[in-house]
Amino acid sequence: MGLTAKSSGLNLLRETFNLDVERNNPIIALAGNPNTGKSTVFNALTGLKQHTGNWPGKTVTQAQGYYENQGQEYTLVDLPGTYSLLASSTEEMVARDFICFAKPDATIVVADATNLERNLNLVLQVTELTDNVVLCLNLMDEAERKNIKIDIKGLEEELGIPVIPTIARDGIGLNDLKNMVTAIVNQDKQIKPVKVKYSPQIEAAVEELLPEIKNTLGELSEGLNLRWLALRLLEGDQTILDSMQNHYFRENLKGGVDCYGVD
Amino acid sequence: MLLTQLPLGVISEVVSLEAEGIKRRRLLDLGLIPGTQIIAKRRSPSGDPTAYLIRGTVIALRSEETNLIKVR
Amino acid sequence: MELTKIKDFNELLSNISDSLNGKQREQLRDQIVKDIYSNAEVIADNNVSMQGEQTGIGEKIDDILTSKWLGFPIMLLMLGGVFWLTIVGANYPSAMLGEFLFWVEGHLSNLFMAVGAPNWLHGILVEGMYRTLAWVISVMLPPMAIFFPIFTLLEDLGYLPRVAFNLDNLFKKSGANGKQSLTMSMGFGCNAAGVIAARIIESPREKLLAILTNNFVPCNGRFPTLLILSMIFMGTVGGRGSSLLAAGIVVLLVLIGIAITLLVSWILSKTILKGIPSSFTLELPPYRKPQIGRVLVRSFIDRTLFVLWRAIVVAAPAGGIVWLLANNTIGGVSIIDYVANLIDPFATLIGLDGVILMAFILGLPANEIVLPILVMSYLSLGSMIEPDSADALRGILVNNGWTWVTALCTMLFSLLHFPCGTTILTIKKETNSWKWAIFGAVMPLTVAIIVTFLVNQIFTTLFL
Repeated sequence: MGLTAKSSGLNLLRETFNLDVERNNPIIALAGNPNTGKSTVFNALTGLKQHTGNWPGKTVTQAQGYYENQGQEYTLVDLPGTYSLLASSTEEMVARDFICFAKPDATIVVADATNLERNLNLVLQVTELTDNVVLCLNLMDEAERKNIKIDIKGLEEELGIPVIPTIARDGIGLNDLKNMVTAIVNQDKQIKPVKVKYSPQIEAAVEELLPEIKNTLGELSEGLNLRWLALRLLEGDQTILDSMQNHYFRENLKGGVDCYGVD
Repeated sequence: MLLTQLPLGVISEVVSLEAEGIKRRRLLDLGLIPGTQIIAKRRSPSGDPTAYLIRGTVIALRSEETNLIKVR
Repeated sequence: MELTKIKDFNELLSNISDSLNGKQREQLRDQIVKDIYSNAEVIADNNVSMQGEQTGIGEKIDDILTSKWLGFPIMLLMLGGVFWLTIVGANYPSAMLGEFLFWVEGHLSNLFMAVGAPNWLHGILVEGMYRTLAWVISVMLPPMAIFFPIFTLLEDLGYLPRVAFNLDNLFKKSGANGKQSLTMSMGFGCNAAGVIAARIIESPREKLLAILTNNFVPCNGRFPTLLILSMIFMGTVGGRGSSLLAAGIVVLLVLIGIAITLLVSWILSKTILKGIPSSFTLELPPYRKPQIGRVLVRSFIDRTLFVLWRAIVVAAPAGGIVWLLANNTIGGVSIIDYVANLIDPFATLIGLDGVILMAFILGLPANEIVLPILVMSYLSLGSMIEPDSADALRGILVNNGWTWVTALCTMLFSLLHFPCGTTILTIKKETNSWKWAIFGAVMPLTVAIIVTFLVNQIFTTLFL
């Protein structure tokens, strides 16, 4: 993917998320559970170069900011803090739709190192949607105080994504984070996340559904993340269809936009 | 027994959710799935809501919700 | 063509929905959520090692802050403590600032005279705009510069969710949401911010309740009015005892505001906003050491300067207008006098006088300027005192017929009356409806008139 912002279809889509595409910046999404220090990371990266508004059509606050690394300016978009992306609240829907349709060039997931399990739940949902994910393992000082030891290498291997330990309030690790994002955007770092393994019952249902989806979508299914879509259909998630209609048919978009271009 | 009846400090386990629709989805997303360990940490001075330790995070739930959660 | 695809796709979804009954669908979804969590569990287990679990100090603090007997008293004490610190801390710098700014005024007047500027120009610019500005700054800046950082500190520490936890049951019984107490806390700073904060409440009905009742929390613009009036009328000026008493009275007023919030929420839940409370989930995050430097900078830039700037922008022209109203006459009396006399009979019924009520009306753009307008108006009616100290202010008010019942009714009216123009516009934006915005102004006004009327009638009959 990398600098797909060049494709006009994607730019049109991004504009619907109130992004200033004129700047031609790579778009970086910032996701994470509530109370993980996500806003500390956001503030530390963007400083005073930030502004808030609303997500289009929603009374959910959208914060955007800019930061520079290695001579390139980046747009950082703060997604609402959520436990999940399964769209059971407006915030979750906003976060999911942004990753799905605005297709950020990289997504940072901020996680609380003292509470990894709950945070990984969100990480796994993000890596189901997009490949270019970096895990920002924040609050490392608190984890240390609580005698929690985390095997960073092991974590990277099992998730298949880079993991950067940080103490955002002291600014520690943020340079590594920025450099990793840059590497991802410049395609110097290839990422292949390890996908969630579902129980046989679900996998079977997905397998059964896949040909049907392919059939229905015809040539449109090229490049789509059909597996993710099948899961959403299985759980009867109407919101993803609403969002597809909203984002794809408000503007007359021509090819070049592969919504789920992660497979 | 219902989660509402769980005494403070006792380690327990979620058996099932009786909630439906969006309420069920929200509770599930909080990590309240069958088999999850749950401890009642403290009650509000007025008796409700109660704060529970769920997967490393302390979350307060009203009795309306905890009446829909079976634990053992 | 793509549109038909979506239609086909929609059809596929409903086909799948039809092929599963509710129970199966539920099972599938449960299983999907469960599987993701199981994956997370395995990965966390493999890579995290914990040596000995320890209960943190945070839990012990929570045991106290949310305990059955101490939870509520501590909240009250915190509230009173914050107010007391604000009063005590603001006293001295306020007087200093006032002295300095009025010293500047003297020199400005000399300057105007030296260059031979016409009287009306000196009047509008110095006696109108500058004096009001000086007032707003000397009265508002010190308390805000103390109140906001303390408040932001409590926010950063993580105390506020505990307040919501303690109070949720009261809100539930009123048909509202415990998170409304968070929006109310924001309201102390600025009601418009409180209205925006209502976004954290998911249920639209409960969100609306929080938005409409946020006005009953005295925002920073009304806060100085309450503080000053309680200081000069309820306690004698000066001395430590009086600042404690003043803090106590402000706490009492805030409690009245909370009681009315609950009552109004309850009434609305039973009438035009019928419904049962939706679900409530609230995380009690661990306490975190606040970044004190950041807190100071942030609260000063984001809140103090922001609110002060807004007040200044409104106060200066308002001061000019008041001067014009005071120095132009209709049939021999100044316009202020004329209008005040016109509304005086009604104002007297609710324990105010025409000038006070007019100040509230002129203060619609920003509540901060109510007190300055009031003083300006009184001064224009013949009083010669420079309003540079609490003593002097007391003198002005008493000269104009104030009793402690007047002060009480003015404080209650200030607490309840209507949100400022900015907040009303914010309600419009957040609810996307003028209907609710207007209701959000008219409803509190009705409440304010009823309450002050009753208080005035009862107290004047009983005590005066």
